Amino acid sequence: MNPTKEQYQQMVEKASPPSRVVQNCLWAFGVGGGICLLGEVLRQAYLAQGRTLTDASTLTSITLVALSTLFTCLGWYHKLAVHAGAGTLVPITGFANAVVSPAVEFRCEGFVPGVGCKMFLIAGPVIVYGLGASALWGVVYYLLRPLLY
Amino acid sequence: MTYLWAFLVGGALCVIGQLLIDYTSITPARVLVTFVVSGVVLSALGLYKPLVEFAGAGATVPIIGFGHLLAEGVRRSVDEMGLLGALMGGCIAASAGITASLVCGLLAAMFGSSKDQN
Repeated sequence: MNPTKEQYQQMVEKASPPSRVVQNCLWAFGVGGGICLLGEVLRQAYLAQGRTLTDASTLTSITLVALSTLFTCLGWYHKLAVHAGAGTLVPITGFANAVVSPAVEFRCEGFVPGVGCKMFLIAGPVIVYGLGASALWGVVYYLLRPLLY
Repeated sequence: MTYLWAFLVGGALCVIGQLLIDYTSITPARVLVTFVVSGVVLSALGLYKPLVEFAGAGATVPIIGFGHLLAEGVRRSVDEMGLLGALMGGCIAASAGITASLVCGLLAAMFGSSKDQN
């Protein structure tokens, strides 16, 4: 068999594994979706206990944060994150991991300059820009409200 | 059925984050900031609440839902106490999640041990 250049290219494409991006996205989808599924199971369980919608969501977040802390301390979260990428970053568990991981890592630099400061390496910007945007929205909403009602 | 939608919507939001990382090579902190601010904007436009009712934890667990939480809290507080609510609503709504994360961080720093990050 003597394939032309184009034919050979097609054969290479057929034989090579799916690209890195596709693989990353499948991992992110599976793991991220799985964490959200766990969240939904928790939320339904809290709702079944007679909690309100808001309380059930809050309790779900707290439970996921606690689980993420446990997994981070055991070193499992990082192992999962190597494959899952955004799948472990985007859910609230990723936020908790971003707080807990540097807190543990920088303890050797002391509790104020190490733990206290480094906790906010990633959580800080999230809180700053999240609250900043929400305050801006609050002012806009305050001004628009008379027009809406 | 909500379980399936929670999985699919949550997974899809994570894929958006993964595509941001793979194609624009922005850092994780920027991904999270982008998601939170997008959540505030989408919620302000009234686009995010239907998704929350539809997908439950699939919409609230990803960090974009954190932005929605902030925006909803601000809207409620402005309804209750006027302009002052713009500065209070976000913190009130997000207080449990943020405080839980920080307390967990402190406890982990006190009792946990550092794992080799490789």
